[in-house]
Amino acid sequence: MIADFGYGVIVIAFVVALYSVGAAIYGERTKSANWVESARRAMLLLWPLISLSAASLIYLLITNHFEVSFVYEVTSREMPTYLKITAWWGGQAGSLVFWSWLMAAFASLVTLRKWDRDREFLPWVIVVTSITTAFFLGLVVFYQNPFAFYWSGANGNLIADALGNPITSMFAPIAGASIYFPSDGNGLNPLLRHPGMIIHPPMLYLGFVSFVIPFAFAIAALITGRTDDRWIRITRRWTLFAWLFLSCGLVLGSRWAYDVLGWGGFWGWDPVEIAALMPWLTGTAFLHSVMIQEKRGMLKQWNMLLIILTYSLVIFGTFLTRTGVLSSVHAFAQSAIGPVFFVFIGITFVGSVALLIYRWPDLRGETEMKSMLSREALFLLNNLLFISVLVVCFWGVVFPIISQLFTGQTVTVGPPFYQTAVAPLFAALMLLMGVAPLSAWGLKEMKRMDLEEWAVLEGANIAVTILLSLTWKVLLEQLGNWTLVVIFLAMIHVSILMLYFFKHLVWKPTIGAAAITGLIYAFYTQSVLALFGFFLIALVLLVTIQEFWRATRARSKATQENFALAFWNLFGRDRRRYGGYMIHISMMLMAIGILGINLFQVQTQGTVPLNNSLSLSGYTVKYDSVAQFSGPNGQQVTRAVVSVYQGNNYLGDLYPRIDYYPSQEQNMTIPGERSTLKDDLYIILVDWQPASTNGATFKIFVNPLVNWLWIGAILFLFGIIIAAWPDRDAERVPERARRVHRTENKQTSAAD
Amino acid sequence: MGRTKFIVGGVLILAAVIYLIFSATKANAEYFMTVDELKAKGASIVSQDVRISGAVVGDTIQYDANTLTLTFDVAQVPGDQKEVDAEGGLAAVLHAAVIDPNRARLQIIYNGPKPDLLKNEAQAIMTGHLDSNGVFHADELLLKCPTKYQEAVPNQVGG
Repeated sequence: MIADFGYGVIVIAFVVALYSVGAAIYGERTKSANWVESARRAMLLLWPLISLSAASLIYLLITNHFEVSFVYEVTSREMPTYLKITAWWGGQAGSLVFWSWLMAAFASLVTLRKWDRDREFLPWVIVVTSITTAFFLGLVVFYQNPFAFYWSGANGNLIADALGNPITSMFAPIAGASIYFPSDGNGLNPLLRHPGMIIHPPMLYLGFVSFVIPFAFAIAALITGRTDDRWIRITRRWTLFAWLFLSCGLVLGSRWAYDVLGWGGFWGWDPVEIAALMPWLTGTAFLHSVMIQEKRGMLKQWNMLLIILTYSLVIFGTFLTRTGVLSSVHAFAQSAIGPVFFVFIGITFVGSVALLIYRWPDLRGETEMKSMLSREALFLLNNLLFISVLVVCFWGVVFPIISQLFTGQTVTVGPPFYQTAVAPLFAALMLLMGVAPLSAWGLKEMKRMDLEEWAVLEGANIAVTILLSLTWKVLLEQLGNWTLVVIFLAMIHVSILMLYFFKHLVWKPTIGAAAITGLIYAFYTQSVLALFGFFLIALVLLVTIQEFWRATRARSKATQENFALAFWNLFGRDRRRYGGYMIHISMMLMAIGILGINLFQVQTQGTVPLNNSLSLSGYTVKYDSVAQFSGPNGQQVTRAVVSVYQGNNYLGDLYPRIDYYPSQEQNMTIPGERSTLKDDLYIILVDWQPASTNGATFKIFVNPLVNWLWIGAILFLFGIIIAAWPDRDAERVPERARRVHRTENKQTSAAD
Repeated sequence: MGRTKFIVGGVLILAAVIYLIFSATKANAEYFMTVDELKAKGASIVSQDVRISGAVVGDTIQYDANTLTLTFDVAQVPGDQKEVDAEGGLAAVLHAAVIDPNRARLQIIYNGPKPDLLKNEAQAIMTGHLDSNGVFHADELLLKCPTKYQEAVPNQVGG
C-alpha cells in the first residue's frame, strides 16, 4: 500500500516537473506572466511531492518491508533505525530519489527569492532545474524504482527470469502472482556503516546539486541575452556552497577510506573518487575566474564554458558513482541506466555549448589583457592548470574505453599515472598561489627588461639548471625516471623566473622559504621532491602571512584600532579576499600532509606471540591480548590490545580490530590509530590465533605529517564559510559595475 | 604583439601538458586482460606489468599469516560488458565461472593483509606480472562483490 503510494506520488511529481518545463517555456514565448507563475507553482509543488514519496520510502525502510526489493537489498532486521534511514541513499534507486529531493529543495529556494530585478531569468531557471529534476525522477519511474516488489507464482516460489535473477516490478508480472515476503533483508554493506560514509554521500550530493543553480542562471543569461555578470552575482553564494559541500564530501570520503578500508592511505585514484574530484576542479577554476569577470569584465565566454562543464561533470559524477560502469572498489551498484545518462549528458552539453556559441560575440571581454604578469593573466594560468588536472583525470578515466575502441585491447592506467601527471601541475598551482595575490589587476606592461638584464637572468638560470643536472644520478634515483627529472628541472627553472619577475614583492618570503627548506634539509629529509614541495609550501604560507600582516598594519594605522581588532575587521572588510587567503593557507597545510604520506610512509608487518613486540621508526608496539565478543549490530568483534612505546616511554594502548558480519559474510578491518602532528601510527590486525599458540599478525604503518591534512581541511571549511558569509547589503554592486554604469557603457547598462 | 605573446605562452603550456600526459601514460599504461587473454599471450608477457580480472575460487584461498602470503585461484570471466550482461549480470557470470571446472584458472600470489572483500565468487582485479611458472604475482588487489540475488533471497515468511 505504502509502496504503491510512494511510487504513485513519484509518477505525479515526474508529470508535474514536465508540466513546469512546458508551462515555463510557453509562458515565456507568449509573454504570459500567468503561465510562468503556473510553472513556478508547479515547481514549488515538486519538493512536497518528493518529500511524501521519500517519507513512504523511509517508512518502508524502518518497518522492514523486505517485499520491496530496495528495502531488502539495503537493510536487515539487525540494523539500528538510524542506519535504516540512512540506507535511503545507500543504494542506487534510493539515492536517485534523494538527488531529486535535494534538487527540488534548492530549486524551490531559488524560486522563492525576490525576482523583481531579474524577472526574465525566472522561466529559464525553472526550465533548467525542472528538466534536471525530471531526468532523475524519470530514472526512478522507468529504470530504478525503489518501490518495486518481489513476486511469487502460484507455487509460492520467487518469480525469476531465465537467468535466475528475481523479477521486481510494481504490478504482478504474471496473472495470479502474489507479493513475495522475504523474512530478512540483505543489509547495508558493513563497510558503509561508518559515520563518515553516512554523511559523505549527502555532502557530495549537496555539492553536486548546488552547482546546478549557477548553471541554470548561466543558461538563463545565455537564452535571454543578458550576458553581463548579473547571473554570477546572483549565484556567487550558491557556487561557494556547492564548493563547500563538495569539498566536505571529498574530505569525508578520504577520512572514511583512511579509517575503514585499512590500506594505510586515503586516496587511491579510483574512478569514483575522480568522479567527485572533476566537478570540484572546474568549480575551483570557476570560483577564481568569476572574480576576473566581476573586477575586469573579462573571460565571460570562459566562465560560461566552465559552468557548463561543471554541470556535465556533476551528472557524469553521479552516473559514475551510481552505476559502477568502471572497475572500482566503490562500485557497490550496477545497472543498465548508463546509456540514459550518456544521452542526457550529451544533449544538455551540446545544447548548452550551442547556446554559448550563439551568444559568443556578446560575451567578448570589455578590456584586453595587457601583461602576462597581471593578476588576470595569472588567474587565467591558474584556470588552465586546473583544467589540465581535469584533463589528466578525465583521460585516466576514459583511457581504457578509448584504447578498447581503437586497439581492441583494454589498457588502463593506475595511481602512478595520476601521481606523475598531477604532481607537477599542483606544484605549478602552488607557485601561482605564491605570486598571484601580489600581482596587480590590469597591470599594463612590466617595466621592460633590457636585453642585458634578460641575458644575465636567463644565463644565471641556465647555469643553475646545468648545475642541478650534474646531480642527475641523485635525481634519477629519487624521482625514478627521466621524464620526471626533466619535468623537475623545468619546474625549478620556471620557479626561478617567476620569483625574479616578482622579486620586489616576494624577496622576503623567498628568503624565508629558502631558510626553512635549509632547516628541513638539515634535520628532516634529503629527498629533492620533498624539499621542493616544502619550499613551495613555505613560500605560499609566508606570502599569505605577509599579506595579512601588511593589511592589518595598514588598517591599524589608518583607524587607530589595536592590532587584534584590526586583524578581525580585515575579514569584515573583504570577506572573499581574506577567506580566500585562509583557504590558501589551509591548502598548504593539506599539502604538508599529502607530501608526508606520499613520500615518507613506512610500513612493517609480522607475526608476534603474546607480549612480544614489533618496532618501526622509533615506535615499539607490544601485543598484550586479544578478545572476541559480539558487537551491537550482530557482528563478531575480534579486538587486539597493543601498547605503544616510543623508546621506553609508554604512550598508550591501541585497539586494532576485525569485525565479522555473518549475514553478509564480510570482514571489516578497523585500524588502531594514534595521531600526532608529527606522524600517525596506524596498526592493522591482519590475523590472529588463540592466545596460547602463535600469536597475532599485524601490519603497521607510520604516516608522517598526515594529520596536517585533516587540520588543513577544518581550516579550509572555515575559510569558505568566511568567504560565503552574507554581506549586510546582500547583492551589493561591485566597484566596476558602478563605474561602468556611470559611463553608461552600452554593453552592460542592462545590469541594474 | 600583445596577442602573439599570449598565443606563444598558451601553446607552450599546452605542449607541456600534452607531453606530461603522454609520457605519464606511456610510462604507466598496463594491459587489462582476462585470464584467457593472458594465457594466450604465454611467455611473451612474462614479467611485464599487466592488469587482470577474474572470479575468486573460494576453495583455493590460502593465507599464511606469518609471511602474509596470500594465494588463490581466479577463474576466467569475460571482459566485455555486453557478454556479461548477456549472461545475466556480473553475479551470475562470476558464479558460473567458479562452478565450471573447465574454465581456465590462474594462480595468484599476493603479499599483504588479507582483504576484507576476498571471498568466493568475488571479482578480483589485480595488477602485477606473470612469472615463468605461470603464477601471477599481484602487487595490487581490488575486489568487488556483486549482490547475489539467487542464493541471498531467503524463504518467504511462514512459507
